[in-house]
Amino acid sequence: MDKETIIGRYPRSRDCLLSILHDLQEANPENYLTEGDLALAAAHVGLPLAAVHDAVTFYSMFSLRPRGRHIIRLCASPNCHLAGAWSALAELRTLLGVDVGGTTPDGLFTLELTSCLGVCGVAPVMMVDDEVVGNLTPDKVRQTIARYRGVG
Amino acid sequence: MRRLEVLICSGTACQSSGSLHVKQALLQALADHDLASEVQLVETGCMGPCELGPVLLVYPEGTFYVRVRPEDAAEIVVEHFLKGRPVRRLLWTEGAPPPREIPFFARQKKLVLVNSGVIDPEKIEEYIAVGGYEALGRALTQMTPEQVIAEVKRSGLRGRGGAGFPTGAKWEAVRLALGTPKYVICNADEGDPGAFMDRAVLEGDPHSVLEGMAIAAYAVGANHGYIYVRAEYPLAVRRLEVAIAQARRLGVLGERIFDTDFSFDIELRMGAGAFVCGEETALIASIEGRRGEPRPRPPYPATSGLWGKPTLINNVETYANVRHIILGGAERFAAIGTAGSKGTKVFALAGKVKNTGLVEVPMGVTLRELIFDIGGGVPEGRAFKAVQIGGPSGGCLPASLLDVPVDYDSLREHGAIMGSGGLIVLDDAACMVNVAKFFLEFTADEACGKCIPCRVGTRMMLKILERIVRGEGTERDLEELQKLGEFMKSASLCGLGQTAPNPVLSTLRYFREEYLAHIHERACPAGVCPDLVHYGIVPDLCRACDACRRACPTGAAQGTPRQSPYRIVDSLCIRCGACLEVCPFGAVEKRPGQRG
Repeated sequence: MDKETIIGRYPRSRDCLLSILHDLQEANPENYLTEGDLALAAAHVGLPLAAVHDAVTFYSMFSLRPRGRHIIRLCASPNCHLAGAWSALAELRTLLGVDVGGTTPDGLFTLELTSCLGVCGVAPVMMVDDEVVGNLTPDKVRQTIARYRGVG
Repeated sequence: MRRLEVLICSGTACQSSGSLHVKQALLQALADHDLASEVQLVETGCMGPCELGPVLLVYPEGTFYVRVRPEDAAEIVVEHFLKGRPVRRLLWTEGAPPPREIPFFARQKKLVLVNSGVIDPEKIEEYIAVGGYEALGRALTQMTPEQVIAEVKRSGLRGRGGAGFPTGAKWEAVRLALGTPKYVICNADEGDPGAFMDRAVLEGDPHSVLEGMAIAAYAVGANHGYIYVRAEYPLAVRRLEVAIAQARRLGVLGERIFDTDFSFDIELRMGAGAFVCGEETALIASIEGRRGEPRPRPPYPATSGLWGKPTLINNVETYANVRHIILGGAERFAAIGTAGSKGTKVFALAGKVKNTGLVEVPMGVTLRELIFDIGGGVPEGRAFKAVQIGGPSGGCLPASLLDVPVDYDSLREHGAIMGSGGLIVLDDAACMVNVAKFFLEFTADEACGKCIPCRVGTRMMLKILERIVRGEGTERDLEELQKLGEFMKSASLCGLGQTAPNPVLSTLRYFREEYLAHIHERACPAGVCPDLVHYGIVPDLCRACDACRRACPTGAAQGTPRQSPYRIVDSLCIRCGACLEVCPFGAVEKRPGQRG
């Protein structure tokens, strides 16, 4: 779906800004918002570009820099921390060869930390795109990454 | 002829444990044995005990299976569905009692979660079959808006988002406010670490929220509603989209609902990863397409909210309670709970507790009942130390307060708050200073930066805590923490900053000796803070097997195989714990304090 079509589904109203930005970011294989995206969104909802910039930089889920095709978000909240999120993090760092915020050279993964994902019953938890992976052990991290590498 | 109904929990937690694969395997096994016409499979929302997922409930007898794997499907179909013998190894408790006899369920009273785990959340017909939208019909056709508000007031319902403001009074304020149009907003930006009840309601019974919002809109005189939901909850978003479309199709949302003059529609708006957007004025800013920064109140949203118009904002769980008040009457609702806190509360049990998951109990049960009778207590080999209640705005309560009734007022009295209802159980392996620091890191990180008391205060408090866990703290630091905390409570712009010091202040109050050990003895009694522990080897237990030396990443563990006991060179040790994990003889010790 091209950008015009994505935007065209929304009324020209400021309250649709975040939803539009989510959709534009998702449509980009590199998972980020380009300057062009921001300008499009601004024009559509009738806001100055600076106001859109102002909003975008506030929210942790929007990126203004290219990211990997899959976003891995490991929960770093107290609960997952107590349940051993850090051994999962160590495993992710080793496997991907990147630190938090980094993107793998093949452009497949970006590693991020997130606050609570609300699946605390199966802590520690991470999300890969929209998939929740719980009860993380280094082993389960390895299997998950292998699965995503397999389907690319 | 359907003779069996199988409910498969498809909440996010069970999905992450593989519930959808289990469903596929069951379908396959049913087809293999020609039972597809006799057994109905239903995907439901959360049933509660997340730790045990994927879980299945088989009716009519109510057999409850836990930790079901896809490879168990054939056995369940053959043994249970064909031969009528439950698969014993998959039962939660011996003897296959129906869920209401299992302690975890027996102590609960379900209102908000009454349909979650029972109906298919993606079928409005199932919601209607259990009495759904009846309350809306009754409100619209038999009650005036004023009567609805009076009923909610009499019920004693208070906001379930955490602060506990009387719901009826809020509705009345919006009803009486001048200005049109008026708006109704559902705050589904559940961000408190350790809380996941709103997610469960949205995923398991989305229509109960839509119905509560529609009744509220009728009461306050609004025709338009928004649900502001976290983008981190894709399944909740999908189920809400389905529910809204179905409600529009049946005419319980839209123009002239139930042939009355009342019209009401709901739209979804997504968050984008900002904890502070759970604060109502920040949430409104976010819906308006701005940075999610709070603004001073008054004016409250009730008089000047979305686009400057009168706006009602309630939390997911608050709306889910409304239909029960209209259907059963205020008196019946008010009969549950304590003098000042009516109805039930959903709690999310997490941390070091046997049965993690969601439980709904009458207000006023004790922490002990919640954690031990329902939660099953702390796993073997460890002791209960504290419970962190109310997330980053809440406090840590010690074992001596386990018999405190859980309601808005008694918790506040003891330095915690109800918050959204997240309970994180901590065992004796937790360091309270570290826990407090962790929560403060979270709030410092999530603070929007608009007001100085919170922006600078969280940083200053954090710096002090960092000093203390490094072993560089002094007693004066504790006074300073107290002072800064009190100041932030009184001077911050919004609830995030006003409550951010709570984890620190409550641990200072109940676990002061741990702070003092960090300061005076330079020791972390729980052995958590890396600068205040050291590793050593017990010579009598060491067999010089070389495992620790091979595991050590820095060459700190030293010795010669099958010679005299090994040793750990402290200056090289990075406290990673690898040696402790691999030692087959228990010869490696983690000792509180710095190496003397």
